[in-house]
Amino acid sequence: MAQPLLSADSLFCERDDRVLFDGLHLSVSSGEIWQVEGRNGSGKTTLLRILCGLNSHYEGNLQWRGEPIDEVQDQFLTELLFIGHQAGVSAMLSPEENLRWQCALHPSLDASLVSTSLANVGLSGFEDVPAYQLSAGQKRRIALAKLYMSSAKLWILDEPFTAIDKAGVAEKESLILKHVERGGSVIMTTHQDVSPHMPLHTLNVEQFTSSAREW
Amino acid sequence: MRQAHSMVGLFMLTFKRDLVLAYRRKSELVNPLIFFLIVASLFPIGVSPEPNFLSQLAPGLVWVAALLATLLSMESLFKSDYEDGSLEQLLLSPQPIFLVVLSKVAAHWLLSGLALTVVAPLLGVMLFLPAEGMPGLMLSLLLGTPTLSLIGAIGAALTVGLRRGGVLISLLVLPLYIPVLIFGSSAVQAAVTGLPLDGYLALLGAMLALALALAPIAAGAALRISVSG
Repeated sequence: MAQPLLSADSLFCERDDRVLFDGLHLSVSSGEIWQVEGRNGSGKTTLLRILCGLNSHYEGNLQWRGEPIDEVQDQFLTELLFIGHQAGVSAMLSPEENLRWQCALHPSLDASLVSTSLANVGLSGFEDVPAYQLSAGQKRRIALAKLYMSSAKLWILDEPFTAIDKAGVAEKESLILKHVERGGSVIMTTHQDVSPHMPLHTLNVEQFTSSAREW
Repeated sequence: MRQAHSMVGLFMLTFKRDLVLAYRRKSELVNPLIFFLIVASLFPIGVSPEPNFLSQLAPGLVWVAALLATLLSMESLFKSDYEDGSLEQLLLSPQPIFLVVLSKVAAHWLLSGLALTVVAPLLGVMLFLPAEGMPGLMLSLLLGTPTLSLIGAIGAALTVGLRRGGVLISLLVLPLYIPVLIFGSSAVQAAVTGLPLDGYLALLGAMLALALALAPIAAGAALRISVSG
């Protein structure tokens, strides 16, 4: 069997004296889409932030291509695309300015695709409008435009489709499918129904709370 | 080589981005300057308008006002990036964080510290600072205010996750500002009395070099802690 890209072993996370999960295992191989499920507040976002290294309040092992993630941090980050709860879009900057800065931060984003990607997410004509004048869905689309520019191997998407209309969701889903067909992987959370032909693996965070609740 | 090129590119782009952001939020641009002017003008009103008295007070007064104005503007350094999620993207960049921090501080200094330095002679005249003191005032501010911005960035990074970080920044950062204040105002004092400035300026320069080397790294680590919480 091929080596998993990202694997998590016996993850434990506690917040405000409440155990979010204990003994959580996850192994993401190339070509897989993982959907993280759970009620509101069950720790989905926390899990995703732990996986991409934004949250360090956990116990357990994280490995990237079979090596401890701390040791291959740089390589991991060059191959990661994360779109979080907050889109990372500055309201005072235009969509184009926002994306240009993101490209400088992340070498895996192709800066020559900025304008075509904005057109792809339906923001052509809005390139120079400051983001605070755009709707919530349009702001979200600025962040999602990065999906068109990214050559990163692993996409971690936290509620990527909030405030996105149906046609937009379908487009992004086909983009995600294309990404996994090329050998990439996706870990995402969403409360919306995902189209049935997505080859989805699911992980329910709540499964891992029960063992801990007893004490 | 290519990597070095992209690092310079990131530095310049972040610098430009922060200048554009500051320009679009004009209130943040002028607030520190107005604060600087008001604080300094409170003393003639509140203490004494006597020229002799004020000219003695002036070196320290201008420096304290500059220090407080810098402090006031510090809080916004990372705040909006934290709120809109840009900071997360920054921390997930494979590029070194200290570079972006340094670039942000440089942009911040250009609009606060350098602006204060330019306005300072005006305050000097207002407070009857003898003309001999002006070069000392400008030079000491020019060397001292970048240090204030760099140290302030550590405080701003540590408190960015808190809802009311403003007061806490002051408590964290003000004690660290004291050495800069001592040598900065002493330099002005020395210039007024006609003593050589070199020693004071060398010490201010040394503090700047130290802050330049260490503060961006410390602030980067502090940002990681703040976002992780």
